[in-house]
Amino acid sequence: MKILIQNGRVIDPASGRDERADVAIAAGRIVTIGQVSPDFKPSRTIDASGLVVAPGLVDLAVRLREPGHEHEGMLESEMAAAAAGGVTSLVCLPDTDPPLDEPGLVEMLKFRARNLNQSHLYPLGALTRGLAGEVLTEMAELTEAGCVGFSHAEVALKDTLVLHRALQYASTFGYTTWLRAQDGYLGNGVAAKGALATRMGLTGVPVIAETIALNTLFELVRDTRARVHICRLSSAAGVDLVRRAKAEGLPITCDVSINHLHLTDIDIGYFNAAMRLTPPLRQVRDRDALRAALADGTIDALVSDHTPVDEDAKMLPFAEAEPGATGLELLLGLALKWGEQSGHDLARTLGTITIAPVRVLGDALGSLVSSAGQLVEGGVADVCVFDPAAYWQVTPQALKSQGKHTPFSGHELPGRVRCTLVSGHVAYEAT
Amino acid sequence: MNFRHNPQLNKHGELIHLLSIEGLPRALIHQILDTAGTFLSVNDREVKKVPLLRGKSVFNLFFENSTRTRTTFEIAAKRLSADVINLDIARSSAAKGESLLDTIANLSAMHADMFVVRHSESGAPYLIAQHCAPHVHVVNAGDGRHAHPTQGLLDMYTIRHFKKDFTNLTVAIVGDIVHSRVARSDIHALTTLGVPEVRAVGPKTLVPGDLREMGVRVCHDMAEGIRGADVIIMLRLQNERMSGAMLPSAGEFFKNYGLTQEKLALAKPDCIVMHPGPINRGVEIDSSVADGAQSVILPQVTFGIAVRMAVMSTIAGNSA
Repeated sequence: MKILIQNGRVIDPASGRDERADVAIAAGRIVTIGQVSPDFKPSRTIDASGLVVAPGLVDLAVRLREPGHEHEGMLESEMAAAAAGGVTSLVCLPDTDPPLDEPGLVEMLKFRARNLNQSHLYPLGALTRGLAGEVLTEMAELTEAGCVGFSHAEVALKDTLVLHRALQYASTFGYTTWLRAQDGYLGNGVAAKGALATRMGLTGVPVIAETIALNTLFELVRDTRARVHICRLSSAAGVDLVRRAKAEGLPITCDVSINHLHLTDIDIGYFNAAMRLTPPLRQVRDRDALRAALADGTIDALVSDHTPVDEDAKMLPFAEAEPGATGLELLLGLALKWGEQSGHDLARTLGTITIAPVRVLGDALGSLVSSAGQLVEGGVADVCVFDPAAYWQVTPQALKSQGKHTPFSGHELPGRVRCTLVSGHVAYEAT
Repeated sequence: MNFRHNPQLNKHGELIHLLSIEGLPRALIHQILDTAGTFLSVNDREVKKVPLLRGKSVFNLFFENSTRTRTTFEIAAKRLSADVINLDIARSSAAKGESLLDTIANLSAMHADMFVVRHSESGAPYLIAQHCAPHVHVVNAGDGRHAHPTQGLLDMYTIRHFKKDFTNLTVAIVGDIVHSRVARSDIHALTTLGVPEVRAVGPKTLVPGDLREMGVRVCHDMAEGIRGADVIIMLRLQNERMSGAMLPSAGEFFKNYGLTQEKLALAKPDCIVMHPGPINRGVEIDSSVADGAQSVILPQVTFGIAVRMAVMSTIAGNSA
């Protein structure tokens, strides 16, 4: 199918392109950006006047909930949510039931996703069998099955001997390990330690739960030179440590979630379980440090941390409620809101959800590494067409995701996705 | 659902639920204490009843066991002529796997007018107040570590009864503050009522520095904490915390923070000693102090019934 996207403002953060241009697409690839030859006969023309034509978004933290948590999300619903959010490539976490610790499970997931013909799916394999923190998984087999890295999801790997060996082993083959920085003991709590948790009588997670874990990780990285991606940084002190570790030249990258970029523990209000998140929301100075670190590149990528949670699991007292929020359909809007509030231009803002996450993935992307998160002639046609001036209200029931819980319910966000193309076919179109 | 709006007040600022003392205006607290004063005489009458809640059904929902608090609520509701239904949820619905909100929906269908809720999780009564029918009132009878507002109010009644004025007092709260809903409710009430010095006294494991943000002075030394105090509120040390990473032993706790006659001498001569009960003799308080002339532990219990009558009749008179 030949598609012509006309009159749009083409923004490609990777090359710095920001101009009015046409984009011609054929056989799943971008043929031309700019002046399209009159010989190009599209079977479909998309009028992008007043709209931005950007690379499809790349989200490094998504839970699709399959297998095992189908009551909270299905591949169909969550892949539809991704397309509706302009996300054309997504990394999914291994904390399914059973966890993604066997090649067969990964192959099945990739197969089911391929059949849906939606966004590209990049699973993270479990770092240890059953995420139990004892036995390493068959990393080579899992990589062959399609895993782009290895993660322990939210399960703290308390045993530093196992963690050390896991990093040694992964680094032997050049695999990246994706880890959350939260101490397995000090991290037990439901809100950030601080005035709010104290006042509300909620068990607090101190900042040192993050900094101790980061310091441990950095020592292990110094020793093993393993490549580590740190997931969902949450504190100002954590940002400082990452900045220093990067300056030292450690092979690390990191991300932050849309929730932590915009919210603080005060937003918990009167025990609002939609704000029950992992890591817990921290204070204003932490949020400000995270925002600044995303701007200066200390934090590489912005992620949705998409976690669909069903009604029964949220309608509980705060501490008992399941952590997590839906996010795929909010990623663009919340990125744009951050960019707008911080005074960044669109290309810079979009970079955090396109080319920056692609650089985190690196060679693990295989053949897509040269075109995912970018608009390049000859590259795969993953495109997000959105209206930067259209504000929309977050209405949980209108979301495609099966997860309806979001801290941003009722918020007005900029950036309405009009059309999402994956490998040159229309995966989503606003009605 | 608006989680920013204080759910215990209606749009006129009237109390429709009692969930926490935090955010209650000083005048409203005094008004409840004044109302409690009028009920105190009811307790001395031959017929200990007033008809304010006649025909109303009060459900005591105790998701966590408590004999004492439940009994005082039951007596208070009965003296207001309400029908009282006691449900020991810890042993019934919850054990069968019914969710909290399903339990509430079922009880609402039985035409409950008021829920008195005790739950082990902070914030549970908020969830109930946010989801029950508009005519139903919720009283928090203790949620996790968060709040125990009727205990806070009865403590204020007791202090006002013996000390008259709040604005020149030094109040020391001693013991396991971090896990105590009573301490949090007392701190909110005392700071709202204008007490110039509220001290939180105990080891760093039980009295963390964060408490300063609630407007208290944190003291880790018992002598410093109670010196010159007008009121000492001793907290119960839960059995499960007597030995572990919080404290090495009950004996060592008593040695440092247990209230003895000797230590009490550091406080003002007319200092009163309070305790929300049930007391652990020889753990947080010596028997000679608990039974001594400065102890007001038993008057607290008596006032507790009048205060709970005042709370229930106040919220029943206001509508959402």
